[in-house]
Amino acid sequence: MSIDARRAGVPAQAREPARPAPLDPEVRVELFETMVLCRSYEEAILAAYHADKGPGFDIGKGLVPGEMHLSAGQEPVAAGVCAHLTVDDAVTATHRPHHLAVAHGVDLRRMTAEIFGRETGLGRGRGGHMHLFDPATHFSCSGIIAEGYPPALGQAFAFLRSGTDRVAVAVTGEGAANQGAFHESLNLAALWALPVVFVVEDNDWGISVRRSASTSVSSNAVRAAAYGIPGERIEDNDVEAVYAAAGRAVAHARSGRGPSLVEVRTLRMWGHFEGDAQGYRDDLDGIEHRDPITRYEQVLLDADLLDTETAAGIRERARERVADAVDFARESPLPDPSTATDYVFAEEASS
Amino acid sequence: MSITETRPGTSRRLTTSKAMVAALTEEMERDPSVFYLGEDVGAYGGIFGSTTGLLERFGPERVIDTPISETAFIGLGIGAAVEGMRPVVELMFADFLGVCLDQIYNHMAKIHFESGGHVRVPMVLATAAGGGYSDGAQHSQCLWGTFAHLPGMKVVVPSNPADAKGLMTAAIRDDNPVVYVFHKGVMGLPWMAKNPRSTDEVPDGEHVVPIGKARIARAGTDVTVVTLSLSVHHALDVADTLATDGIDVEVLDLRSLVPLDREAILGSVSRTGRLVVVDEDYQSFGVSGEVVATVTDQDPGLLRAPARRVATPDVPIPYAHGLEYAVLPRHDRIERAVRDVLQW
Ligand SMILES: Cc1ncc(C[n+]2csc(CCOP(=O)(O)OP(=O)(O)O)c2C)c(N)n1
Repeated sequence: MSIDARRAGVPAQAREPARPAPLDPEVRVELFETMVLCRSYEEAILAAYHADKGPGFDIGKGLVPGEMHLSAGQEPVAAGVCAHLTVDDAVTATHRPHHLAVAHGVDLRRMTAEIFGRETGLGRGRGGHMHLFDPATHFSCSGIIAEGYPPALGQAFAFLRSGTDRVAVAVTGEGAANQGAFHESLNLAALWALPVVFVVEDNDWGISVRRSASTSVSSNAVRAAAYGIPGERIEDNDVEAVYAAAGRAVAHARSGRGPSLVEVRTLRMWGHFEGDAQGYRDDLDGIEHRDPITRYEQVLLDADLLDTETAAGIRERARERVADAVDFARESPLPDPSTATDYVFAEEASS
Repeated sequence: MSITETRPGTSRRLTTSKAMVAALTEEMERDPSVFYLGEDVGAYGGIFGSTTGLLERFGPERVIDTPISETAFIGLGIGAAVEGMRPVVELMFADFLGVCLDQIYNHMAKIHFESGGHVRVPMVLATAAGGGYSDGAQHSQCLWGTFAHLPGMKVVVPSNPADAKGLMTAAIRDDNPVVYVFHKGVMGLPWMAKNPRSTDEVPDGEHVVPIGKARIARAGTDVTVVTLSLSVHHALDVADTLATDGIDVEVLDLRSLVPLDREAILGSVSRTGRLVVVDEDYQSFGVSGEVVATVTDQDPGLLRAPARRVATPDVPIPYAHGLEYAVLPRHDRIERAVRDVLQW
């Protein structure tokens, strides 16, 4: 018997999200703007990444070397969640972090400089695209799957102890929800009623492994229930539904009622990483019609909240902001190789 | 278990990853208890090509994609091995060992000892290591010294296609847990800077490289460079360069860290009197210190010059290209060290 056949088919118990009240028109346009900025950013990184990998494709070469995981299609999660946060709240992202960083307000210039490996970057070129750390916005990420969850608990713990209503948002993919750190974190956060919002981006794929081959339940909202915390699953990649669910989760955390989990069925429009030919993928037909940004644009056009000219203006402004960041990064100095062993320890650390 | 060195016969030119797959194919055909388990090892064929074509050949019963649950699936490998199967379990990057280290060093590596030798854990833990392509501090480490430091597991680190096949075959047949660490830079991947020696002749059919036997990759008389994995290639390049200056470098490829072929190290250093150790893993408390101690424990008088170590200084691997190359043991640093020990 195959492993697939043996897996128990546990039915979804996702809570049907309450129909959200119609959103304030300004919020709707802002959500659109945020998504457009995220996408513009990814398009610029995509272009820079592939600019000089040749001849052939050498992953270590070019303006942006190394692995590159882009988030096109997952913008509704970033926009919908981060709309409820200020820079005093923490966001912990994954190996696919850019959309969340952009939506949370990480400085575009310094982030891009980091991705370009420059001295002006967030990590002075030491971290790279999977390791972005910005104390100004309490933003961080991790390249080790699910291992961003536990530190988010600590940020929430610190916020709680300082008597504020700040929250920590921890994001993983659905693939990561099978790693032990995910489960330990849900339990501990629930036990200590920490102000954490766990967000799961379910884009159906963990590299080449489909969700049905990795996950014993059809919704991580069920897993939230196992730890005694609220869990919601948003079935379509709709920014307004994410906004509503995240609003409930953030309010829950801010009011001292502890953690909750929001899972969003989203969409990985591009490869797992750049250079991924995606031969394993059977859901690419017509994927352009599933682009959440063009879909939402149509919603706003239909509601007369946007006209094509305004939408074009939003896109143009986003491109300009991103171009400015890319120029800054490109013109920034490379780190001096003689400093390669700096920053292992804090220089004036007390011991 | 009988171990034979290369059998005479035909051979093919293969990349290191294809040579790994050849070993797996032959062993899976020979022994139905062998199976392969890990992330993206099925349809994807392994992120570093370690399982390309195996799913098509052996089906999803024996080439199994796992969830991202390293503790669970490595532990599963242990349990299956205890019951007589021969799993090869892939940890995608050695860097991820932290999330599943307990299963590795407290279980996989200790059960045989704790059972007083009654229980065997004949499994292979295959994992990719190494940097050089700006993958950052969490995806570029070697960490073979960490595995080697913790008792109870053999550790092999092939540098070329033929050894990749021979060591994989030996690892699968070994009754002990064997960690098989492959450097991404030796695999011959189409999307990484080409190492010319990552494609080479690989014997067809049964080819077993005994675990624990180093290989003289280049014979020389003036200085011994003891190294492993990708650094073997750097050392050979440097040896070629220095040969034009009349310097004759011997390069010893360790191939295996546990057991460590101390005799080969001592034999070579007794002949040359000079030692440079090149290791892409962190310098302190690691392979390079162990190799130097192997010589000085025996007889410091074997050395006509102080030994030199060319390793990654104790710093996480930086992302930016210039910084990364500054810390990796590459040609310039190896050449300087060799010239340095010849000054004495
Ligand atoms: C502990 C650990 N195991 C494996 C990996 C390799 N890896 C990187 S991304 C990934 C898939 C992640 O899938 P998911 O969590 O669904 O996120 P997505 O990539 O779809 O955004 C894997 C297996 C890793 N980085 N860390």
